[in-house]
Formats: sequence, structure tokens, C-alpha cells
Amino acid sequence: MKVLVGVKRVVDYAVKIRIKADKSAVETASVKMSMNPFCEIAVEEAVRMKEKKIADEVIAVSIGPKQAQETIRTALAMGADRGVHITTDARTDQEVQPLAVAKVLAALVEQEQPGMVVLGKQAIDDDSNQTGQMLAGLLDWPQATFANEVTVADDKASVQVVREIDGGLQTLSAPLPAVVTADLRLNQPRYATLPNIMKAKKKKIAKHKAADFGVDLASTVEVVSVEDPPVRQAGQK
Amino acid sequence: MFQRVSRRAFSVLVVAEHEAGKIGQGTLAAVTAAKQINSGPVTVLVAGSDAAAAAEAAGKISGVDNVLHAKDAKYDHAVAEQVSALLVSLQKANNYTHILGTASNEGKNFIPRAAALLDAQPISDIVSVVSADTFVRPVYAGNALATVQSTDAVKILTVRPTAFEKAAAEGGSAAVAEASGETASGPASTWKEDQIVKSDRPDLGSAKRVVAGGRGMKSGENFEMLYKLADKMGAAVGASRAAVDAGFVPNELQIGQTGKVVAPELYLAVGLSGAVQHLAGMKDSKVITCINKDPEAPIFQVSDYGLEGDLFKEVPA
Repeated sequence: MKVLVGVKRVVDYAVKIRIKADKSAVETASVKMSMNPFCEIAVEEAVRMKEKKIADEVIAVSIGPKQAQETIRTALAMGADRGVHITTDARTDQEVQPLAVAKVLAALVEQEQPGMVVLGKQAIDDDSNQTGQMLAGLLDWPQATFANEVTVADDKASVQVVREIDGGLQTLSAPLPAVVTADLRLNQPRYATLPNIMKAKKKKIAKHKAADFGVDLASTVEVVSVEDPPVRQAGQK
Repeated sequence: MFQRVSRRAFSVLVVAEHEAGKIGQGTLAAVTAAKQINSGPVTVLVAGSDAAAAAEAAGKISGVDNVLHAKDAKYDHAVAEQVSALLVSLQKANNYTHILGTASNEGKNFIPRAAALLDAQPISDIVSVVSADTFVRPVYAGNALATVQSTDAVKILTVRPTAFEKAAAEGGSAAVAEASGETASGPASTWKEDQIVKSDRPDLGSAKRVVAGGRGMKSGENFEMLYKLADKMGAAVGASRAAVDAGFVPNELQIGQTGKVVAPELYLAVGLSGAVQHLAGMKDSKVITCINKDPEAPIFQVSDYGLEGDLFKEVPA
């Protein structure tokens, strides 16, 4: 079974963000970027499936600028087999929206025919928490979001997922192929070791444009402005 | 391409959360948001096999004009594939201008799927309505607020419950009509079981007072102190991600960017440093207080009253 994993390059979680003077967006020039933490968890889950011989190939896909290659390389260093880079210079924290991402991924799924797609539940830049659900809708596949535990059945025809719900945990069963989104406690992602980073350089990353998949990345939702939230004053000790 | 500007009448569908005959607080917030969006009729959808009482309760919410009751077991547990298919059916029949859900794990699960089926780009977790097509939502863990404008034929949104006044639960007199929708066309997931943590304490998402513990609590047993304190205060108990990851408390207590967002009247952070991702979940609380022995902890920056001290001495006192 092939597993497709989406990975997004985002502003590193530890960075204190600043908003551009023209209020058009968050400043990302010269800012440390990393793989979205939820995407790391998604990659880790896919690689573990390969180690358990449930999956035979893990493909990492990212939509982003030239530097998104680094994010794909990290996934390859963690154990993914090959990568797909859909190039765009549009801002992936606000111009490229989840519906467009879902359409590109859906087209890729038609091509690659994976048994499962694993995505992080949300990206920590736009905090949308939509792409996995939208992809499942477009594919008419079952979805299991906010996964805490994923168990593929021995016959690989279905998956049992324990997921986070508002009051606790829920267990769902879904036939494969399905879309799963990873929540925080699904696993602890590994660090890529130096030998694996070196090996990753030899793995292939195919480059495409969204138009190659017949998708226009333009969105019906436009960010009009980005502003600071109201500041809370410190009080007395 | 010639575009006809159609003056379509506004009409909003609010997808309700409900349990045991009661409408969820998030839905009351969504009704308020719906009224702010436009002057058109507000319809509340209540779905499930045992939801008649909830449908009646929905009819009593102030400001609600219609209630649709979709009585079918396939909507129990808000199974995403089924609820999305229902929303698509209703949208095709009624051509709403807006569809609203709650920005809870439940709403976030099916709203985006329904939006994809309707070829719309949903807008998550709105905290303010600027106009019928423009909304404000937090990004980057709430460290920035983005104002976004949609040109979709139907605007599909999830509403942050703590950002809107709750509509009054009494005063409305909307009629309840039966509704039904297509079953999900493709293979769907099957609900197996829920493990809900039952508690006599107030629900964390809507509690007026919250006591939250962080890594400084050092163990799950020590949280007993906070549970006792919460009971004296009539408060709910929450936690930081660090405390949950360390196994001190279960997952659903987590407050933060990727956990629950709360905005109680009083928030007491105990042994909790106040990392940015945690603040994202509680900085709209009316009064924030903290107990922490580290005077440099970021939590003091957002606290109205901070007690610099050892929680193990201060809490039992």
C-alpha cells in the first residue's frame, strides 16, 4: 500500500512573528522556517507503517516555493521514499488556501492511487484545520481527523482510528482508502539522523506546477489585512 | 465572462451541536454571529436519531426563525460523511447564503468537507463579523488577526464560541420542520464508541471560571489540589499541553492553539509558564491570574494579578 503524506513549510513554531508595516501579511523574509509540527507527526506515522510492513512506499508532497524542497528532504530523511514538489511563489500562509491544496492533492491521489493519505490536522500558520477534510470530500473517501491512534487491519481493507473529540476520545472504523489527519499525541516524530539526511539527497523529488494537474491555486477568499491582536497589559504581582 | 450580480435574499443555516435535548453553547454563539451577518432568516439544523427535544429547544432560541429536524441515526455522533451530505442536500434545496458551524472538534470535522462538496473555501474560527462577506479570524496561534473577504456564492464558516455573545435560549418561537438529506454517496466511517470523561464540574469550553495547571504541577496526583480548588470555586479544570503530554491529565483538558479555546471570567494559571501556544487558548479571558515561582514566566505578562510563589505552598493555603 502506498501512503501519501502532505508536508508544509511554515514559520517555525518558536518564532515571535511580526506583521509587515503595510498590514498585508506576516513578515516571513529572513524568518526561520520549518516543517509544520503536525506534518512531522504525519510523516512519522507513515514511516512507522512502512517499518511495520503495512505500507510499502511513502511519498511526501509539498506545495510551496523553491525552499519547500528542504521540507520534502526532511521528510525523505525521516524515511519517506520519494517526494513531489508543486511549485508556487504565492504565499502558502494566506494566498494558497485549503480548497486549492485539496484539489492538487486529489489530482495527485488519482495519479498515485495510495491506500491512505496522512496529513497534519492543521498548519500552525493559517490554523485552518480544513485540508484533510476537504480532500476526503473531493475524493469521496472516508475521513478520520484528529487521530490519536491509527491501526490498519491485517487485511489492509480498513483502519481503526481513535480520535480526539470535544469531550474525550472517539473510535471510528473506516474502509481504505481513507484520509487521516494527525493530532498532537499520535506519535513522537523522530529526528532525522545524519546518515539518513545523506541518503535522502539521493532520493527523487518530482517537480510540477499546479496547472499540470489542472488546478488553479487562486482562491475565492482573499486576505484583506493582517493586524496585531489587542494587547493585554500586565497587571500587578 | 458576463457576470450577473444577483441580489439573492440572505438566509443563514446554523448547524447545531446538541446533547441530551440541550443545544450547545457554541450554537448560541453561532446564532449571534448569524444575526450580525445579515437580516435574513436564521434556520437551525438539528440532526440525529434522538433529537426532537433539542429541535424544540432550538426553536426557543431568541432570533431563530426556523428549525430543521433531520431525524436519522446516521447523523448520530456527527459522522462527517453523513452530516456533510445532509448539508449539501439542504444547500441544493434552499440556497442559503451562509452556513455556520461551531469551531469545535465536531464542527471542524464536517464543515470543511461540506464546503469542498459545494466548491467553497470555508473560513474557520471567525471571531468577528465585519459584513456579510468579510470576517476576522486568528492566525499564527492568535498572534495576528486576518480580515478575509469571500466571493463564494455560499459563505461557509465556523464560529469561535468565546468570541460572540450567546443568544438567549428563551424568547424564540420558531416552528420545527422535518428535513432529510441524501446518504453519503461514497464509503463512510462507522462510529464505534466514545470515551467521554464525565464530570460534575462545569464544561471547560463554557465555564465562567477555569483553573489550569502546567508542567509545574509535576504529577497527575498533584492535580488533585487543583480539582479541590476548582470545586471550591465552581470552576472547570484545564491544562497546558506540557501537562497533558506528561500524562498528568487527559487530552480534553488541553487549552491552547491546537486544543480548546476558552474565555472565562476568571482564569487561574497554576505552575504554567504561559507559552505562546497556550496563550492562544486563553488570552481573551476577562481576568487572568497566576501562581508561579518564576517571575520571568511569560504568563505574568498577560496576568491581571500574578502571585509569585511556590504553588505547593500557595494552593493548599
